Amino acid sequence: MSTIANNKLPLAACNCSLTAQRAAGCLTDVPSSRIIARLDIKGQNLVKGIQLEGLRVIGDPAEHAVRYYQNGIDELLYIDIVASLYQRNNLVEVVRQTAAQIFVPLTVGGGVRTVDDINLLLRAGADKVAINTAAIKNPRLISEASRIFGSQCIVLSVQAKRQHNGGWEAYAENGREKTGMDAVAWTKRAIDLGAGEVLVTSVDREGSRAGFELDLIEELGPNVGVPVIACGGAGNVDDVAMALRAGADAVALASLFHYKIETVQSLKEALHRRGVHVRL
Amino acid sequence: MSIQVSVIDYGLGNLHSVVKAFRHAGADVHVVGEPDGIASANRLVLPGVGAFGDGIASLRNRGMVDSLKAYMESGRPFLGICLGMQLLMAQSEEFGSHSGLDVIPGRVVGLCQRPGVKVPQIGWNRIVPRPGGTWRGSILETTVPNTMVYFVHSLAPAPEHEDHRLADASYGGSRICAAVQRENVVGCQFHPEKSGPAGLAILSRFLAL
Repeated sequence: MSTIANNKLPLAACNCSLTAQRAAGCLTDVPSSRIIARLDIKGQNLVKGIQLEGLRVIGDPAEHAVRYYQNGIDELLYIDIVASLYQRNNLVEVVRQTAAQIFVPLTVGGGVRTVDDINLLLRAGADKVAINTAAIKNPRLISEASRIFGSQCIVLSVQAKRQHNGGWEAYAENGREKTGMDAVAWTKRAIDLGAGEVLVTSVDREGSRAGFELDLIEELGPNVGVPVIACGGAGNVDDVAMALRAGADAVALASLFHYKIETVQSLKEALHRRGVHVRL
Repeated sequence: MSIQVSVIDYGLGNLHSVVKAFRHAGADVHVVGEPDGIASANRLVLPGVGAFGDGIASLRNRGMVDSLKAYMESGRPFLGICLGMQLLMAQSEEFGSHSGLDVIPGRVVGLCQRPGVKVPQIGWNRIVPRPGGTWRGSILETTVPNTMVYFVHSLAPAPEHEDHRLADASYGGSRICAAVQRENVVGCQFHPEKSGPAGLAILSRFLAL
């Protein structure tokens, strides 16, 4: 199948032939880590926030998306950072302009509240949607959306803030609003409801370039059955390598690319030299 | 005069990216939603994201099964992508047992679940010809073995006949079938429309068949 309505699949007839695979000679078993460019959108602009607060306008999103695509990005992630706050959806036109020019997966989030919102974004050219606030308010949105569009289409976006007494709290409204929910428990529940992937953003590290929240990645990455995308805090290549070693299946990067600290290609080559398996 | 491609809309999943990718590759793309459109196609693509049972039910409800089979028997080029490929198989074990179009003998089986192996597979993976196989004359003719393409799936085809395997990949310690072919009928488990320039080259090759 190409999609799943939930993550519990029949396992009756696994074709686990290692012998056949070795006979093929050139297959590798190490999954390739995905490098995702995260573009925060406000209105028609690509912006960059610092700890999800102060904003800087970077430029035209589609222009940046195309450059990252041509430079070998594995996926793109668009987040409308104000949609959730003002109860509106203005991403559609930006998504449409981008999707006509890039041929790698595009995930879109920010203000996704209903099945109709999802449908609209998919029709505009998104391949997946990321949902945070609406899922917290109504967890059934995850189960309903994954049943209709397939789990592979539904990315749970978790904005996690470290607590003084240990653990992480899930935040809503792009990291602005407390929910009182434990981020790890909420993530596991949302996966049970049908989320096919998890985008975990550290509210504390976002825009800080101080490195990823590694213990959060270690807590989630190896312990959930679906891919985990780590976001927030990458300052250099070593930060990225550490997040991937800690158990992230993918990383979403903004500052590193937008401020031209690395190009997609230079980052991938540097990861490759560090022994991280990436698509070059 | 650009080459015509008909993409089947059977109500499942997101066919927009397939349409856009073929347009980018220079094709004149028609979206067809009924049996007549299938019968008159020169090149036919069955995309699809969704569950196998829903997919086959949707083709039946739209009266497309007979016209699809007649089209494939006519020898004209056919490409199934992801679910559209899985539907070519005889049977799937996704959520119970379902019969498919039975154009390629074999079943659709779940990816092997082991500790540390994530299912679904979401991401880029290498494809190679089956052991002793060749891509000469196929849609992968211009693809270099070990090229990485984009997969999103929890199940994969297991063709009964080795020579129906066009491409293999490896995931979680298992060999998986990445593409199938039987004469003019080809199917990809991966998404060429989401596999960057390498994927667009595969679609261009389909236009040149």
